[in-house]
Amino acid sequence: MKDFMFLFRNTTDRSSATPEEMQSNMQLWFAWVEKLKGQGIYVAGEPLTPAGKVLKGKQTVITDGPFAESKEVVGGFFIIKADTIEQAAELAKDCPDLPGSGTVEVREVMKM
Amino acid sequence: MHEYPSNEILVDHLFRHEAGKMIAVLTRLFGMHNLSMAEDVVQDAFLKATQTWKFNTVPNNPSAWLMQVAKNKALDILRRKNVADHYSAELSNQLQEATDNYVDQVFLDTEIEDSQLQLIFACCHPSLKEEDKVALTLKTVSGFGVKEITKALLTQEETIQKRVYRAKQFIQQNNIVLEIPAGKALQQRLDTVHTVLYLIFNEGYNASKSDELIRKDICAEAMRLCLLLCEHKTVTHPASFALLALMCFQASRFESRLDKNNTIILLQQQDRSLWNHELIDRGYYYLNKSSSGENITIYHIESAIAAEHCLAKNFASTNFQRLLHLYDMLWQMKPTPVVQMNKAIVLSYSGKPKEAIELMNSIKGIELLLKTQYMFNAVLGELYIKNNQPQQATDYLEKALQLTLSDAEKKLLKDKINTLRSMQWS
Repeated sequence: MKDFMFLFRNTTDRSSATPEEMQSNMQLWFAWVEKLKGQGIYVAGEPLTPAGKVLKGKQTVITDGPFAESKEVVGGFFIIKADTIEQAAELAKDCPDLPGSGTVEVREVMKM
Repeated sequence: MHEYPSNEILVDHLFRHEAGKMIAVLTRLFGMHNLSMAEDVVQDAFLKATQTWKFNTVPNNPSAWLMQVAKNKALDILRRKNVADHYSAELSNQLQEATDNYVDQVFLDTEIEDSQLQLIFACCHPSLKEEDKVALTLKTVSGFGVKEITKALLTQEETIQKRVYRAKQFIQQNNIVLEIPAGKALQQRLDTVHTVLYLIFNEGYNASKSDELIRKDICAEAMRLCLLLCEHKTVTHPASFALLALMCFQASRFESRLDKNNTIILLQQQDRSLWNHELIDRGYYYLNKSSSGENITIYHIESAIAAEHCLAKNFASTNFQRLLHLYDMLWQMKPTPVVQMNKAIVLSYSGKPKEAIELMNSIKGIELLLKTQYMFNAVLGELYIKNNQPQQATDYLEKALQLTLSDAEKKLLKDKINTLRSMQWS
């Protein structure tokens, strides 16, 4: 089995959601992780704080970033195990934010 | 942070309940006129929680975590404001220190109940319209969203939005402050709070299976707020206990009011083994506690009526004489058509359908009520059935059918009409 990374973007657009809706969305995420853990393929997961620094060029200009549109900011990631990228993508379909405006990028972790 | 053991790490409605608490604490800092500012902070705190918790990192004490985030955000806002006002560095430091101390104090666990009560009193301000009070209380004190309130109250989202907006504007323009009134003022304000909680409970209790979950939540919320009143040392009042007793008795029948097909089951036919006896016991407990004062309120009598039903082993052994007596007492205090109607129903149960019909027809303004309200038609229809007058019964039931919006009510009425028709033809 290989390791794959799920990069989650725009998992935060819930500004008009009610407290109850936000809680149920989160319960869906918990249930998803439970499912992956149950299959023994969940390796790790962490959130990323939205603010960061971007370093650029010869002069090493450091700016606050990422300044890409907020929907392009990575909110967090999972690492899971799968045999192929197709299989990993299939697993990512369960992401609770997909029916909304969230996206999942699936990438294979390269092992040298 | 820890890896959560299961997906049950968050108790049901945690966010909703925390929303109410956080708003209560934050409005004490920002002032009731800055309610929207408090709401923004709460929304931000929930956003931060969802952003982080969903990636497998839930704090050990989610409530405390949320409160801390809200507190930090509040301090940020107050500091920014302090700096923006360009005081001298020395004065700024002094002011900031005082602010920090006050913020610490307001966020103490022991202060939260007081804050919640102050918020309830503000949302139930006597000058607000009744329906605005209900909407604002559910939104602000109880953390329900507009969508959820809409669903529970069977109305339009726009309507609820308008009510909340109107109430907020009133509070802002009239500088309504957060306080727990004392003496006579407390008594008056408690009256309006009781009315609002009573309305909220009844909204939730109206029969409809389709939105049963949210309706149960609404009832539970009314009970939670009422308990808050009962348990507070300075606010505690016999009428609060009576109201809570009434809610317990009513809620005990929640499961037996509707069958699987969403048809209403009347008290007479209800399976009494389905009644929640724990709630009934609690009802008696609070009813007992309510008997300490000198004044008898409508809640005392209404809970006594509800208790009387719970006391009877079956429908036939209900003490109808005592019920009639209680309705007479209630009529003295609350001379409304609905009280008369309920008395008429009891009269018919005690074998006097003719007198019941007479009583219904003697209600002041009955013609108009029959034109606009399904309930009066439905009850008259039922009374005519009992008095063996199927034609009149059918007429009233059909009128009721035209007037009701509830599917459950419609189904019940149609069934009755069909039964009557089959009897007439056979």
